[in-house]
Amino acid sequence: MNSARVKTFYYLMKLGREFELAAKQEYMKGNIAGFLHLDIGQEACSVGSMQAFDKGDVFTHYREHVLAIARGMDPKVVMAELFGKATGVSKGKGGSMHLFDPTLSFYGGDAIVAGHLPIATGCAYARKVQGEKAGVFAIFGDGATNAGAFFESINIAAAWKLPLIFFCENNYYAIGTRIGWVSPFEELFNKAKNYMPAKRIDGMDVCEVYKAVTEAKEYLENGLGPYFIEAETYRYEGHSMSDNGKYRSEEEMEIFKSRDPIEKLKREAIALGIVEESYFDETDKKIEQEINEAIEFAANSPEPELNELYEDVYCKECTNVVS
Amino acid sequence: MLYREALNRAIDEAMAADESVVILGEDVGRYGGSYRVSEGLFAKYGAKRVIDTPIAELSIVGNAIGMAIGGLRPIAEIMTVNFSLLAMDQIVNHAAKFRYMSGGKMTIPLTVRMPGGVSRQLAAQHSESYETLYASIPGLIVLAASNATYAYHALKHAIFLNDPVIFLEHELLYPMEMEFEEKANFDPFKAEVVKEGDDLTILTYLKMRYDVLEAVPTIEKELGISVEVIDLNSLRPLDMKTISNSIKKTKRVVLVEEDHKTGGYGAEVIARITEELFYELDAPPLRIAGEDVPIPYNRTLELASIPTPDKIAAQIKLWGQNHGL
Ligand SMILES: Cc1ncc(C[n+]2csc(CCOP(=O)(O)OP(=O)(O)O)c2C)c(N)n1
Repeated sequence: MNSARVKTFYYLMKLGREFELAAKQEYMKGNIAGFLHLDIGQEACSVGSMQAFDKGDVFTHYREHVLAIARGMDPKVVMAELFGKATGVSKGKGGSMHLFDPTLSFYGGDAIVAGHLPIATGCAYARKVQGEKAGVFAIFGDGATNAGAFFESINIAAAWKLPLIFFCENNYYAIGTRIGWVSPFEELFNKAKNYMPAKRIDGMDVCEVYKAVTEAKEYLENGLGPYFIEAETYRYEGHSMSDNGKYRSEEEMEIFKSRDPIEKLKREAIALGIVEESYFDETDKKIEQEINEAIEFAANSPEPELNELYEDVYCKECTNVVS
Repeated sequence: MLYREALNRAIDEAMAADESVVILGEDVGRYGGSYRVSEGLFAKYGAKRVIDTPIAELSIVGNAIGMAIGGLRPIAEIMTVNFSLLAMDQIVNHAAKFRYMSGGKMTIPLTVRMPGGVSRQLAAQHSESYETLYASIPGLIVLAASNATYAYHALKHAIFLNDPVIFLEHELLYPMEMEFEEKANFDPFKAEVVKEGDDLTILTYLKMRYDVLEAVPTIEKELGISVEVIDLNSLRPLDMKTISNSIKKTKRVVLVEEDHKTGGYGAEVIARITEELFYELDAPPLRIAGEDVPIPYNRTLELASIPTPDKIAAQIKLWGQNHGL
């Protein structure tokens, strides 16, 4: 833990959380629609991992706003995408579940559970062939580890020693199904440990996430093959806005809230005297303003033009094939 | 009765009547189903018959096929038709073919339920209509339930059929309050004449039924005609008799579907009509369908990508005027 890093962690996690809280409000007002999957509670995973894995390619599922922001995406273009505006990162065509920015090597928001894992594996193959060391980072939930695509991916990545970090956010629930009901155990690193180094970490601790991903990254860079990390975490909200999350007990929620990643970092940093208390208040104010600007930007942005409907189906050069 | 309640009642009654009926799928048990179709069933029938599965669609359907071979009558729920693509191998290569490949020795009493179509801003990976894929496979029965009465009766029928049935629902219909009618001798393979008329037959199914009915008064007024509306209900087999009777009377046909136009299910229906009823027609058939683009998130673009009552009315008016109506 050093001061600069703690500050960055805090800033990004808090920015992420405030972004999510604002998105929730905008959803209730009707400015955002469709499926909105919030990351509240899980920020340490998104922020710690993206801070550590700062170079290679990132493939993610649909719970990805905070991950995208931690990767460097402007909250404005993320919010505009949620609003379905032309200025959104996917021009309003993708929405909450589909934030793509190849300039950040961020191939995000796949809405088919585990659908991105074989793709991440293929990209890792390309990077290996190209002699790129940074490799690929794939993030997914506990539920995804039951899919065929998951098992096929860990097998292929291990067989070919591909530079790929499998990062599982184990928040225990896939919508309303607890992992233990449909999997023989809840500690999911067990699924990968015969294939590659696999460890379980505290996903409510941003420093621990950072450290684990840093180690995995070094392993990748040494050309040793894939690496599996299971981060134990919790989402405070329902699966998406249409889910009230009632299937979880208050006690369980309280246990995880007492381990809240943002509060925990702040508490520890102050106790250790690494960061002066005033930093947090100032940062919170700055973030509040940033979020307001993002909402304003999204609200004032134009709707996509109607002819956008037919754009981006094919690359321009190919369009005459179909017309 | 709500549409989803009609489905729930059909499953409940089937489970009560026959111990071999089971339901399996993601979140169908303790959670009550992501669209609440299986609500209450877990408490009533227990974990052995209301089975929460992992997120593994290929296995949901594959396991269901095995259960069917083993003597159960499984209802497999796929959360959204897009995810059924992961189960397509089991549906197409296995469920649809075992009977034929075994010379009639195998029966697969399987029902696969799935909702599809464009809901509200769920974007491209959650908005497809894939009925055309399943309706093109010999060995499958494909039913499309647009209303509570049909949903209830047809689903019950499907569960007790000995052939694999793809049972299509629409996400926007679940919370809709609908009239409900108990029917004796219900035939799920029969199309429904929803509204009678003399000058034009509109064929449709699933949610588009409602968009068509909304457009009909405008069409009738603007063209000064009377319109007959038919809900196809069963996509495979297709009730050509009801279609043919109507077209022989009206001499004109329009098909409205939510699917993409190229290769959509309507292409098949119109091809058959052209083959079999060409000389009955006074005008070329019209297909009104979704655009050939993945479904966008933005609401305005989303609505532009599929037929709406306004677009249906406007297109039929223009077509009618160009073809002597
Ligand atoms: C192939 C597929 N099946 C089902 C779904 C519906 N669905 C969306 S998210 C989800 C739960 C995923 O849970 P998990 O992998 O644990 O990720 P989390 O949402 O907890 O981050 C399900 C079943 C889907 N999107 N794709």
